[in-house]
Amino acid sequence: MASISDPAQPAFRLSMLVNDTRYRGITFQIIAFLAIVFFFGWLIWNATQNLAALGQDISYKFLGEQAGYDINQQLIPFVSTDTHFRAAMVGILNTLLVAFLGCITATIIGVVVGVLRLSKNWLVAKVMSVYVEIFRNVPVLIWILIIFSVMSNALPSPRDFRGDNATASMVFDAMAFTNRGVYVPGPVWEAGSGIVVAVFLASIVGIFFLRRYATKLLYDTGRELPVLQLSLGLFFVPALIAYFVMGSPIGLDYPELKGFNFQGGLKVQGTLIALWWALALYTGAFIAENVRAGILAVSKGQTEAAAALGLRPGKIMRLVVLPQALRVIIPPLISQYLNLTKNSSLAAAIGYMDITGTLGGITLNQTGRSFEAVLLLMLFYLMISLAISGVMNLYNNAVKLKER
Amino acid sequence: MSQGDHSVAFVRHDPLPPQAPPVSQAGVIGWLRTNLFSSIGNSIMTLITLYVIYALLAAIVPWIANGVWDASSIRECREQLQGVNAACWAVIEERWPQLVFGNYPPEHYGRAVLAFVLLFVALAPVLYFGLPRKMLWFTGLYPFLAYWLIWGGTLWIPIMALVGVVVGFVVFRLLEEKSFFGAMVAALAAALAFWIVLTAPLAEALAGVLPLALTPVASREIGGFMINFILGTSGIALSLPLGIMLALGRQSTLPIIKMICVIFIEFVRGVPLITLLFVASVMLAYFLPPGTNFDLMLRVIIMVTLFAAAYMAEAIRGGLAALPKGQYEAGDSLGLDYWQKMRLIVLPQALKISIPSIVNIAIGLFKDTTLVSIISMFDVIGMIRGPILSSTEWFGVYWELLGFAGVLFFVFCYGISQYSQWLERKLATDHR
Repeated sequence: MASISDPAQPAFRLSMLVNDTRYRGITFQIIAFLAIVFFFGWLIWNATQNLAALGQDISYKFLGEQAGYDINQQLIPFVSTDTHFRAAMVGILNTLLVAFLGCITATIIGVVVGVLRLSKNWLVAKVMSVYVEIFRNVPVLIWILIIFSVMSNALPSPRDFRGDNATASMVFDAMAFTNRGVYVPGPVWEAGSGIVVAVFLASIVGIFFLRRYATKLLYDTGRELPVLQLSLGLFFVPALIAYFVMGSPIGLDYPELKGFNFQGGLKVQGTLIALWWALALYTGAFIAENVRAGILAVSKGQTEAAAALGLRPGKIMRLVVLPQALRVIIPPLISQYLNLTKNSSLAAAIGYMDITGTLGGITLNQTGRSFEAVLLLMLFYLMISLAISGVMNLYNNAVKLKER
Repeated sequence: MSQGDHSVAFVRHDPLPPQAPPVSQAGVIGWLRTNLFSSIGNSIMTLITLYVIYALLAAIVPWIANGVWDASSIRECREQLQGVNAACWAVIEERWPQLVFGNYPPEHYGRAVLAFVLLFVALAPVLYFGLPRKMLWFTGLYPFLAYWLIWGGTLWIPIMALVGVVVGFVVFRLLEEKSFFGAMVAALAAALAFWIVLTAPLAEALAGVLPLALTPVASREIGGFMINFILGTSGIALSLPLGIMLALGRQSTLPIIKMICVIFIEFVRGVPLITLLFVASVMLAYFLPPGTNFDLMLRVIIMVTLFAAAYMAEAIRGGLAALPKGQYEAGDSLGLDYWQKMRLIVLPQALKISIPSIVNIAIGLFKDTTLVSIISMFDVIGMIRGPILSSTEWFGVYWELLGFAGVLFFVFCYGISQYSQWLERKLATDHR
């Protein structure tokens, strides 16, 4: 019986590094790696040469130095004698603030518009398409500038509110829209308000557990609880009881016209409102398209199958259509959030003091540490992006279709 | 016919003629009923929407229509309007050259316009497949021609650059038989060598013999919408090939190549464009050999290209991933090597799938070119915010100028998106 043996392996030759597919990949990778290392080495070598020629060094000591400038929008106290590091922190919080407000508003706008675009009402659907096309096809920077010029030019100045023949008046006697910012009633926390807040938070936790219990009850015994009514009750009743038992500890401080400007209440900078609404309206148009695509992606057979099982329309939407539509909607939605956060760096154009305005703007210009400031700026945005995409990957894995 | 008990009083022999549908179901009224007033809720929505549209139009239309077109300053506008709240279009009338061309020398506007018009000639064969394929030759020549027209100077520099490309191409064709990738590398090396070593002396020598020069225009004189257009088109054109390479790299089985591409893509996508522009304007000078100082415009083009390439790569990766695995395996079973398989089988299909996302990125990039106004380049927004609004004549004319810029962008972006939808329908080969 003839046996077949493997042909003898040819001895290794140098030309095999290029011609043999087994080794070629490794050769290419090593060449590419060396090229990259060489390229970055060249850049860093140049940078050290240039810095040495200018007598500069790379140092982050400037972060500990006195900033010497004021920030008009601050979530944590900041005075001009504080450090550049604290200024950067104020900027980071401002970025997160506008991103948070913008994401929530954009989601609401996007969902409403996306659903209305599919409306059977021809006029409503057309108006929503016009909104989407107008906002998607004009740069966000132009929207920011337009809304900012509404805030700073079209709104009345505080002195128009004064006197008997005032040309402007407050909305509901509580909110004043002026060209120096918007004044809204601010909450006043008195003694005992902590308990009210705690009760409110506890009732939210309670709602969560109620829903879990209701689901379990449904699966075990088939009994259905009126979850919506119970949740609403739990949401309002305990907090209201606590509020009145503690003697109304949370009050509202209304803005009042005193002298040349409004006093009291909560002042929202015009720049914040301009940035917030421009980003929300712009991103909302994109989210509307994602929502529409998501709803259209659920095939009609799913709705019909659910109806054939005897589910009512509300339940079809909640149990069959939405879970499938969300699987399509959520990933692009999160990347829109990411875009909104990155676009918030356009604050620099209207002087909203976010991280680009503080660290990447005034701090950079005052200290001349462009190298370090831009590097830190990138690092900050990179961290946010990676965090958000990490969350997105977790979500994607959770809702992924479990295939064979 | 009728007999006995079985008599029938009446038998219809021919069918009833069809009746016109009821008035409430057809024509305008029917349409209104089904589309606008199908239920009480819908009727209320329709009425609210109509009111909102009316309120918006009542505010905007008179403002636009009553605008003043002939004035030399905002004060004259206000005098002519006599308290009526209307637009001052005179600012557009007077400053449109600045908005469109920046500080480009007025006597050379013709050159810029010619470059702009020729762009459409060059794009036509790429965008519409029905046109003669020979027109692609012009598309290949266009970048060099446009550079010469806009920046001026001697024609020999772009010609030599073109010769470099030809040299690279010849090298590629000579080596293509042996290995596609190797030929590409060799071609690139040959072209680079030609550009670095031979271009400057050859161009100088030839310019000595036959000048063929236009008045040079410096980059800082270019401004207005022209900058947005130059950055947008060059960014899109350059980022597409780079994006394809990055996408292939990210899908590659070679770990180091893959890692390099992933790091690059995730880094660029993780930071806002404005920080990359900061890098271009303040940091890039540090990373170049001492003494080199190249144009801010070129630096911004590089950054914009890198930025867009990362997004293009993700779009194309989506297309590559959406392609059934059988296509890759079919390529392998035919005995094609990696580059043949990609070029002939995978990429044509993957690119078709990714057209919508590529177009979205192109529109996004074009819109993002307005960001250069923040690093004090005078694009259309920079022109509005800088020289025009800070001039004493036009202090405070926001709406008209921003509206003008907005309309310019809307026209181009909406046009691109309509084209992409047309293309998608045209390329659809599946039967639905």
